Amino acid sequence: MCSKKGSVPFNGTKEQEEALLKVIAELKSEKGALMPIMQKAQDIYGYLPIEVQTIISNETGIPLEKIYGVATFYAQFNLNPKGRHRISVCLGTACYVKGSGDIYNYLMEKLGIVGGECTPDGKFSLDACRCVGACGLAPVMMVNDDVYGRLTVDDIDGILAKYE
Amino acid sequence: MKTLDGYRKRVLVCGGTGCTSSGSKKIIEALEKEVQKHGLEKEIEIVKTGCFGLCALGPIMIVYPEGAFYSMVKEENIPEIVSEHLANGRVVTRLLYEETVGEDKILPLQETQFYKKQSRIALRNCGVIAPENIEEYIGTQGYEALRKVLTEMTPDDVIQTILDSGLRGRGGAGFPTGLKWKFASGNRGNVQKYVCCNADEGDPGAFMDRSILEGDPHVVLEAMAIAGYAIGASQGYIYVRAEYPIAIERLEIAIKQAREYGMLGKDIFGTGFDFDIDLRLGAGAFVCGEETALMTSIEGNRGEPRPRPPFPAVKGLFESPTILNNVETWANIPLIILNGPEWFAGMGTEKSKGTKVFALGGKIHNTGLVEVPMGTTLREIVEEIGGGIPNGKKFKAAQTGGPSGGCIPAEHFDVPIDYDNLMAIGSMMGSGGLIVMDESTCMVDIAKFFLEFTVDESCGKCTPCRVGTRRMLEILDKITKGQATMEDLDKLEELCYHLKENSLCALGQTAPNPIISTLRYFKDEYIAHIVDKKCPAGVCKDLLQYKINADKCKGCTLCARTCPNGAIIGSVKEVHMIDQSKCVKCGACMEKCRFGAIYKE
Repeated sequence: MCSKKGSVPFNGTKEQEEALLKVIAELKSEKGALMPIMQKAQDIYGYLPIEVQTIISNETGIPLEKIYGVATFYAQFNLNPKGRHRISVCLGTACYVKGSGDIYNYLMEKLGIVGGECTPDGKFSLDACRCVGACGLAPVMMVNDDVYGRLTVDDIDGILAKYE
Repeated sequence: MKTLDGYRKRVLVCGGTGCTSSGSKKIIEALEKEVQKHGLEKEIEIVKTGCFGLCALGPIMIVYPEGAFYSMVKEENIPEIVSEHLANGRVVTRLLYEETVGEDKILPLQETQFYKKQSRIALRNCGVIAPENIEEYIGTQGYEALRKVLTEMTPDDVIQTILDSGLRGRGGAGFPTGLKWKFASGNRGNVQKYVCCNADEGDPGAFMDRSILEGDPHVVLEAMAIAGYAIGASQGYIYVRAEYPIAIERLEIAIKQAREYGMLGKDIFGTGFDFDIDLRLGAGAFVCGEETALMTSIEGNRGEPRPRPPFPAVKGLFESPTILNNVETWANIPLIILNGPEWFAGMGTEKSKGTKVFALGGKIHNTGLVEVPMGTTLREIVEEIGGGIPNGKKFKAAQTGGPSGGCIPAEHFDVPIDYDNLMAIGSMMGSGGLIVMDESTCMVDIAKFFLEFTVDESCGKCTPCRVGTRRMLEILDKITKGQATMEDLDKLEELCYHLKENSLCALGQTAPNPIISTLRYFKDEYIAHIVDKKCPAGVCKDLLQYKINADKCKGCTLCARTCPNGAIIGSVKEVHMIDQSKCVKCGACMEKCRFGAIYKE
C-alpha cells in the first residue's frame, strides 16, 4: 500500500527539477519564503518526498530538519504520493450532522483502505477534510476538483464508476 | 440597484463556492452560449458574483431590472430562460423561487423570509457586484474611505473613529478593534510594522470569510490600507486557507488591479503614503487561526503558538509591531469611516455593536449566510430566517463557536445573541458558525466529534492540550460505547478545568467547551449512556439494538437477504429475528424494509 513510507521510489524528472530551481531562485530572497516554496514544489511534484526537500534545503540553505518539521506539521503537505483520483469527504460539523460519517465509512469499506491511504492499484486515495465551505450542500465530498453535494450512501457507487 | 450601463438586462449568477459546487459554472457557459445564439450579446450582461447567502437554493441567478430570482437552476432550463425571459421579456415564473412569486408580480428578494430581517453590511457587496472587476467596487463607494482617511483625517482620528464605533473583533474573542490598533500605533514612521488579515477560516461549518473574499475582495484590501495608515505600517499580509481556491484567485486579481489603479503601492492618492499587500497560503493547520501561530507560520515555521505577552501589537510578525484582524472585521471598516462611528454604534446591543454574519448549517431549511444586527434572538434566526427545521423534527440545540464554542439549548431560544450573552450561557460567538441540531442528534456524540477535531489539530507544543484532549476523547469514547462509570464523568469534568487553566493558547483553553456546555445542558444524556447504557437520540451504535416488530413483519425475507452478515433468521412468511451477536448495526435492513417493521432502540 502506498501509504507505507518508502514503498514508492522517487522518480522526479529533469523538467520538474528545473521548474523547482526557478521557483526557488524567484522566491528565496523574500521574508518567510519557505512555505510558498514548499507549496509550489508540491504543485510541481504532487508531493514532497525527502529528495525534493533536500533540493530545497541545498538551494536555500535552510536546514533539512526544519523543512521536514514544516512538511510534517501542516496537513496540506504530503510525504507520499496520492492516488490518481483524490477523494476527500468533508467531516466538518455541518456535513457531519447530516451524515457524512456514513459516507466516509462506506468509502473505506468499499475501497478497502482507511483514511489517508491509497488503493494498491494507485487509483483512489481517501482523506477526510474539514469543511470545503459548501455547507449549504451538506453532506459533501470531493473527487479531485469536482464537488458532489447532498449525498446519500447510495450515490457513491455511481460516482466512483465515473472515474476510470 | 446598479445601473444597467447601456445593457437591457443584467444577469447575476452566483460564483461562490456553494453554487460553483452545485454547477453554476456550467450555467454561465450555457447562458453565454444561448445569449450568443439569440444575438443578444450587446443587450444582456452576464455577471459572475460572489455569494448571495442562500446556498441551499443554489445555483442562484437573478435577472435585473425585474429582480427575478431563479433558484436551483439547471443547465437544461437555460434555453427556456433565455428565449422566453431575456429575449422576449416573459419571466419563467415556474422556475422562480416560490416565495418571490406574488399574485401578479415578482416580489423583491428583500421581502422574502430569508432576507427580510437581515441587514447586510459586511456582506453588502456579496452577490451584488462582480468581484473580479475593481470598477464595480469603486462604483459602490469603494476606496472612498481610503481617500477620506488619507486626505482628511490624521492617523489618530482614524483610530478614535474605530474606537468610538465599538467594533469588536469578529474572529471569535471579540477584542475591541480600535484598542488593538491603538496599542500598535506608537512610534509611527520609525519602526517597521505590519498589518495582517486572518483569512485562515478553520472553524468547520463557518464560511463567511470565504464568501467576503470571493464576493468582495477589495473591501479587505481597502480596510487593511486604512489600518496601515492608522498605525504606520507599509506592508500587509493576508493569510488565507489553501483550501479556498476561488477566494485566492479573486484576491490575486484584486491585488493586481488595486496596484494598477494606484490603490496599493507607492504614493497612494498622491499623499506619499505607501502600502502593499502580499498573500500567504495556509497549509491546513487549525491552530494557525491563533494569532501568534499565524505569524509564526507566515515567517515560514511550524505554526506553533507562543506565550503572550509580548502581544503582537508590541512584538508580532518578524519581531515587529503587528495588528491582525479577521476578514469580517475588515469588511466593516470602510463603511464605519464613511458613515461615521455613531451610525455603526447605533446598531446592536450595549456592548456588541453592529451586525454579525452567521453561517447557518445543519438541520435547517435555509442553509447559508445571514447577517443580522447583534442582539437578534436565536428564535428569529432559526425559525424566521432559517425557515425552521425540516421533516417536522424538534429543535434541540444550536452549536456556535465551532470546536471552541458550546451549544445553546431550546431554553435559551429567546436570548439576544451578542458576545457577552453567549459567554454567559456557556457558548461563544466564535467566528459565527451556527449549526442547528434536532432531536436525532446525540450531544455526547457531538462533543466527541469536536474532541476528535481538537486532538487532530492540537499542535503538540504544550502538554495540557496535547495529552489532555486525548484523555478526554478516550473517556468520551468509553461513554459512547457504554463502558464508562460515573467516576469517569467526574474525571472528565476535572480534566476540562485543568485544560482551560493550563493550556498555552486559545485552542487548548477552549477545547473543553463543547464538553462543558453539553454537560451543563444535557447531563441526562451522558447519564443515560453511562447508567442505562442507552443513547436517547439513537446515534451511538454500540448502544443500539436493531429489532423487528413481530406485528408488522410480513416475512418477505428481504431483510435477511440484505443483511451483509447473515444476522437475520427466518423463512418465507414467518416473523424474522435479528441475532444480536452477529448484528453489525449497519442499518441496511431497516432501510430496505418496506413495512417499517425494523426499529432501533
